[in-house]
Amino acid sequence: MLRDITLGQYYQTDSVIHRLDARVKLAGTVLFIVSLFFFHNFLGYLIAALFLALVIRLSGVPFKYMIKGMRSILFLLLITVCFNLFLTPGEPVLALWKITITREGVYTALTMAVRLTMLIIGSSVMTLTTTPNNLTDGMEKSMRPLRVLHVPVHEIAMMMSIALRFIPILLEETDKIMKAQIARGADFESGNLVKRARAMVPLLVPLFISAFRRANDLAMAMEARCYRGGDGRTKMKPLIYQKRDFAAYGCLVLYLVVSIAIGRVAL
Amino acid sequence: MGIIKTIELVHEYVRHDEEGNVAGKATAVDHVSLDIAQGEFIAILGHNGSGKSTLAKHMNAILCPTEGTVWVDGMNTTEDDKVWQIRQTAGMVFQNPDNQIIGQVVEEDVGFGAENMGVPTEEIWQRVEESLRAVGMYKYRKYSPNKLSGGQKQRVSIAGVLAMHPKCIVLDEPTAMLDPNGRKEVIRAVRGLNQVEGVTVILITHYMEEIIHADKVFIMDEGKIAMQGTPREIFSRVEELKKLRLDVPQVTLLAYELQKKGIDLPDGILTIRELADELEKLRKIG
Repeated sequence: MLRDITLGQYYQTDSVIHRLDARVKLAGTVLFIVSLFFFHNFLGYLIAALFLALVIRLSGVPFKYMIKGMRSILFLLLITVCFNLFLTPGEPVLALWKITITREGVYTALTMAVRLTMLIIGSSVMTLTTTPNNLTDGMEKSMRPLRVLHVPVHEIAMMMSIALRFIPILLEETDKIMKAQIARGADFESGNLVKRARAMVPLLVPLFISAFRRANDLAMAMEARCYRGGDGRTKMKPLIYQKRDFAAYGCLVLYLVVSIAIGRVAL
Repeated sequence: MGIIKTIELVHEYVRHDEEGNVAGKATAVDHVSLDIAQGEFIAILGHNGSGKSTLAKHMNAILCPTEGTVWVDGMNTTEDDKVWQIRQTAGMVFQNPDNQIIGQVVEEDVGFGAENMGVPTEEIWQRVEESLRAVGMYKYRKYSPNKLSGGQKQRVSIAGVLAMHPKCIVLDEPTAMLDPNGRKEVIRAVRGLNQVEGVTVILITHYMEEIIHADKVFIMDEGKIAMQGTPREIFSRVEELKKLRLDVPQVTLLAYELQKKGIDLPDGILTIRELADELEKLRKIG
C-alpha cells in the first residue's frame, strides 16, 4: 500500500524532457502552475491540457504511471471539489434539504478540479523526468542569489536530496515495523479515529528511533567521505545550459503568451 | 613508519547523567599499539564490544584518542587542519550499506567523495568509472541503489571510497548485514583491491573465514590486542581461540582434532584443499 506513491519518484528512460536542464524544468513547472490560475475560460485550460499532453508524450513516461500517482491525492481532490460545490454562495440550481448547489459552485468546483489535476500531473512530470539529485542541483543553482541574504542554499538542497533518498528506505521500514507489530497483536485497522491514532504510537516510536540512528550513521559516513558543506565542492554533473534548453525556454514563453492571451479573453 | 601506526592508544566512552556529570566510563580501546605497512591486508577480529569498531574510527579521525596517538601516513589525527587529508588517505566503509549511500544513482554516489574533495569534473567521471570497474559494478552505474542487493550496495560503497584515491581502506564489518553470497562478493572485491590496486586494506570482522587471506591478523578482546600474527599462526593456537570464544573454521578444527588423536599434520591448516593434500601425502607414506 505504501509503495504506490509515485510522487517524487524518478522514471528512468531517455527522452528530450529527461535531458533538459533541471532549471528549465523547474521554471517550466512553476510557470505552468501559475498560468493555470490566469485563465478565465475553458479554452485556456484546453491549451494547457494540450501543452501538458505534448510534454508527457515527449517525456516517454507512460500516462498510466502518472495516473497511478494521482490515486494518493484523489481524496484531497474530492474534498476540495465538495467544499467548492456546496459552500459557494450564488444562484441556486439545485436544493436538497439543507444542501444547495449553486451555478458558481459548480463552476468553481470544476475549474478547481481541473486546475489541481493539471497542477499535480504537471509537477509529477518534472519529478518523473528529473533525478532528485539533478533537481536539487537545479534548485541550488537557481536559488544561489539568495546566498547574499545568508540563506544556506547548499545545505537546503542537500537536506532535500537526502530526504528524497531515504523516503523509500523509511517506507520499507514502516512496512516492516507494521508487520512486526501486527505479529505481536497490534491492531491498526479497527476502532475509531482516536483509537487508531493511538495505535500508531508503537509504529512511530521505533520508526523515529531508527530514523535518528540512520541519520547518525549517514552523517558519519558523509564526514568520512570528506563532506564539509558546499564550499570548495566540485560537481560531477554541473548544470550547463545547452541549445535545447534555450529552445525549451522559447517554447515555454510561447505557451505562456498564447495560453494567457487566449485564456483571458472573456467569452 | 607504516601507513597507520597507533601508539598506546586509549579510548574511553564517557557517559553523562542528566546534569552533565560523569556517570560512568567505559574503556573501549586499551593501550593498543600497532603498525601497519603500506600494501598489507590486515584483519582485525573480535567479539561485539571488543573495541574493534572504535579502533577503526580512530584510523579515520572520526574519533580522537583519549590517550596515546594515531598516525595516518605521518599525520597525527589530533591535528585539526589535517583531518580532511587523513580522511582522504584512509577511506572508511561502514556496516550498513543503506546508511552510507548518499546518491540516488550509483554513479552519483560513487562521485560524492571526489566532489567533496574538489576534484575537477572530468577527473571525477574517470575515477568513478575506474572505481566501479574495480569492484565489478560498472554495468549498474545508472541503477538506483534501492534496487541493488546488499552485497552490491556494499561494493558501491567501496567504490565510493576508492574514487577518493585513498592509500588505505578501513572496512568496519562490511559483511555483517549480508547473506553468504553477498559476503563472498564483497570479500572478493576487497581482495582484488589489495592485490591489483595495491591499496592497504584493514578489514574488521567477526567472521573467521574472512581472515584467512590476510597478511596479518589482530585479535581484540576487551579493548586489548589478545593475539596477533599470520592467519596460520593464529589458527594453530586453537585452544587460545576457544578461550576467546572465537569459532575456528571447521577444517582447521578437524585438522586440530586429528592432530590430537596422533595423526601427523602440520599446524594451522586453513583450507579443505590443504587438509586433503596433507592427508593424501600421509596415505602415500603409510
